[in-house]
Amino acid sequence: MASARLPDLTMPLEHRFHLGIGSRFENIELVQVVLKDSLERLGLDEDARHWVDIAVREAVANAIKHGNRQDPTKRVEVDLGLDGGSLVIRVEDEGAGFEPGEVSNPLAPENLLKPSGRGIFYMRSFMDEVQYGLRPEGGTVVTLRKRLPGSGADREPSGRQEQGEKSE
Amino acid sequence: MNVSVRQRDGVTILDLKGKLTLGSGEQALRTTLQDELGKGASKVIINLKDVTTIDSTGVGELVGTYTTVTNRGAKLKLAALPAKLQDILTITQLITVFDVYDTEDEAIGSF
Repeated sequence: MASARLPDLTMPLEHRFHLGIGSRFENIELVQVVLKDSLERLGLDEDARHWVDIAVREAVANAIKHGNRQDPTKRVEVDLGLDGGSLVIRVEDEGAGFEPGEVSNPLAPENLLKPSGRGIFYMRSFMDEVQYGLRPEGGTVVTLRKRLPGSGADREPSGRQEQGEKSE
Repeated sequence: MNVSVRQRDGVTILDLKGKLTLGSGEQALRTTLQDELGKGASKVIINLKDVTTIDSTGVGELVGTYTTVTNRGAKLKLAALPAKLQDILTITQLITVFDVYDTEDEAIGSF
């Protein structure tokens, strides 16, 4: 897996955010509160905000649970910004690194009734792009992209289509 | 998340309220259900009308309740799913696994 090429998140300062949290599940709500405010100011409608909220929830949950293995001394870093006409949200952990190719398909008949294994599928369904990479200093970085309405980058129907990772 | 239990026409109804997400106390659904099955419940409806958000963990909890109930020889129906909850179950093809009804009345009538 290639190391992550981190997007340059350029946008007016009042729209950007960076949040570092300890690896506790209750901190997911903290991310949601800050995210909600930013998404409203970016003009996303209620539906779009809801699906981005779920995708980020899944990314942060994976970082806490599978990345940092709930070690509260390890941090999850969340950055939000704009890259071209897209909203970009980056979630980094301090874990051992993660290979999404190892994840089984939750729609396969033998997996349909499994209690877990749907998080990445939901992220890919609700965002336009989901990329995984490794941080140079160790850990996983997942980058979520959503084209913003009216940006000129939203000609394709946005929403539920599934897209694979792009290796760069 | 909050779970409360009531009985109606011989059916055990679990009302869920709030977020069914990781860290929301989502295990309460499982423990409440196990209590009710232990008391002999054989017809169960989960009323999801007041669920505002569900994530993959919440979906996993619903799947877990389905297998638990079915393995006990009892029956589980889901009622009054908000549109977004219905969407999230549809894209993982679970909407066809669960027995889903628009209203609680329809779910009760289906037993």
